[in-house]
Amino acid sequence: MISGAEYMRRELMIRLVRLFDQGKLDEELDRIPIRVRPKDGEASRCCVYHDRAVLKYRLMALLGMRCEEETDEAQTLAGYFQDADAREKAPGDPPLTVCTAGCSGCPDNSYVVTGNCRGCFARPCVFNCPKNAISVVNQVSQIDYTKCIKCGKCMNVCPFHAIVKTTVPCEDACPVGAIRKNAQGRAEIDFEKCIFCGKCFRACPFSAIMERSQLLDVLNVLKRKPAHVAAVVAPSAYSQFPGTIEQLFTAISKLGFDDVVEAALGAELTSANEAQEFLEKMSGGQRLMTTSCCPAYVELVKRHFPDFLQYVSHTPSPMKYAAQLVREKDPDAVVVFIGPCIAKRHEAEESGLVDYVLTFEELGSMMAGRQIDVISQEPWTLLTPAGENARNFAKSCGVTESVLADMTRPKCGTCGESGKCGENAENPCVENGQCGENAENPCVENGQCSGNTETPCGENFELKAKFINGIDRKTLSQLKLLAMGKDPANFLEVMACPGGCVNGPCSLHVK
Amino acid sequence: MEKIRLEICCGTTCFMLGADKLMRMETLLPEEFRERVEITGVPCLNVCMEESICRAPFVRINGVPHAQATVESVFEEIRKLLEKEEREDSE
Ligand code: SF4
Ligand code: SF4
Ligand code: FES
Repeated sequence: MISGAEYMRRELMIRLVRLFDQGKLDEELDRIPIRVRPKDGEASRCCVYHDRAVLKYRLMALLGMRCEEETDEAQTLAGYFQDADAREKAPGDPPLTVCTAGCSGCPDNSYVVTGNCRGCFARPCVFNCPKNAISVVNQVSQIDYTKCIKCGKCMNVCPFHAIVKTTVPCEDACPVGAIRKNAQGRAEIDFEKCIFCGKCFRACPFSAIMERSQLLDVLNVLKRKPAHVAAVVAPSAYSQFPGTIEQLFTAISKLGFDDVVEAALGAELTSANEAQEFLEKMSGGQRLMTTSCCPAYVELVKRHFPDFLQYVSHTPSPMKYAAQLVREKDPDAVVVFIGPCIAKRHEAEESGLVDYVLTFEELGSMMAGRQIDVISQEPWTLLTPAGENARNFAKSCGVTESVLADMTRPKCGTCGESGKCGENAENPCVENGQCGENAENPCVENGQCSGNTETPCGENFELKAKFINGIDRKTLSQLKLLAMGKDPANFLEVMACPGGCVNGPCSLHVK
Repeated sequence: MEKIRLEICCGTTCFMLGADKLMRMETLLPEEFRERVEITGVPCLNVCMEESICRAPFVRINGVPHAQATVESVFEEIRKLLEKEEREDSE
């Protein structure tokens, strides 16, 4: 089931698409908060007027604006729309913005006595508190917060579960400590530290952390058509919508895209080249290589452990390869990446290869706004469907499986030059011009790279894989151990989202 | 005895606004309803436009659209219809 936050976000997106198509955005935008929260309707917060105020900021973020940059509180949404409508490039970093009016200023982590307390006779809380912070007043436990050291012992011993731990959901979710409260007690993101993983965006129960949408920019580019517009669709999309992949592609093309391309085709290149890079690095004496397709992980290393960057693969991500494939055909094409990810917005901007990034929620809202049903579409003809391994890139362990398959795929001349085992090759499978004597399965026959051999030149390097399936507070120390060589793994796959991109912050989370 | 006609909207608006569980109705239907209900998935019922968007997802039961549908609310509706039928039969 979807949450109230998702419902509202999607409803606003769909409304935006419909008003765009009717050409009524400038006159209607400022009315949306009132239509959504009429005065005699139900409120989600204290009253509909507070709801409306927050809705205005939501719509601002939906237009790609940063709430932090509001200088004139009296500025109308129509005014913001004019600025957004006129821009020719996607709104850049940072991809997130905090709606201060929506943030509830959740109380700091602490232990709280609830109404379950029966002021019992045994009083284990009082006796177990190492700081004598608990006393019983009027038959109810009370914690003296000037003494409490937040050890949690009282919570664990209470037989009535009367003491609970309260947390700040956004701060708790952030793996790098990038969120703090400002002087007014509202959440604030430090974008020097933020790795754009989007965990706070999903965690906040008030939905106060919002992404800056590029929906309007994409709607405009599809309408104005400054050039051919191509959609590059992440493989995690395939499990999101009802209907088949081929039907989904037809539906996407009906939104006005001139071409729809599988990002998985880029994943095939990433996989093959990453396998090659791995073999080279291992034979060059490097101890460890990690994947690089998750942009939140790459930012984690860049911003919080730059010394580790030497181990991160240089092979471009599937998104970048797929964008290159589009640009080889048409250098002027406008490339729109469609995925479940917030960090991809940052990667796209940094790469210069991808013009816009849409999330699955935004894609779904565009189709919903135009009443395009995936299940009613004719199948699209995929000229070169991507392989299964490449499509599995979106799942945790999928990258490793694909790279592994590429390493062990019989391939002639990976180490060699023009079909021969190259003696000067950086990565020879032969020693002193001869097939390594200890090699069980020689990859050369009669001094030549044998095309039909089952075992490629990389056989000597056993791939010992390790997975970090979801980045959290412990991830940095795990990386530090790996850097110190305290782990036998030589190949590390990291995905910021548990389970992989299929569970990305902007996926539809269908079960 | 005529079956109750359950048409689940598989349109994208309903899907985006929470119909994914409704779309699995076939597997969720309790034993006692199985024989009495006929389920089909249908494209957009065309009732999700303008202000009624905030009433999605929709399900049509015997031709009548039901707003803000959940699996539970649909079961409730089916139960009512079956009870009514029984009452009419016994009269
Ligand atoms: S979880 Fe949400 S409401 Fe609570 S402090 Fe963080 S941003 Fe504010
Ligand atoms: S690192 Fe992730 S959780 Fe922390 S502020 Fe940035 S997006 Fe939010
Ligand atoms: S999508 Fe269900 S009524 Fe339109």
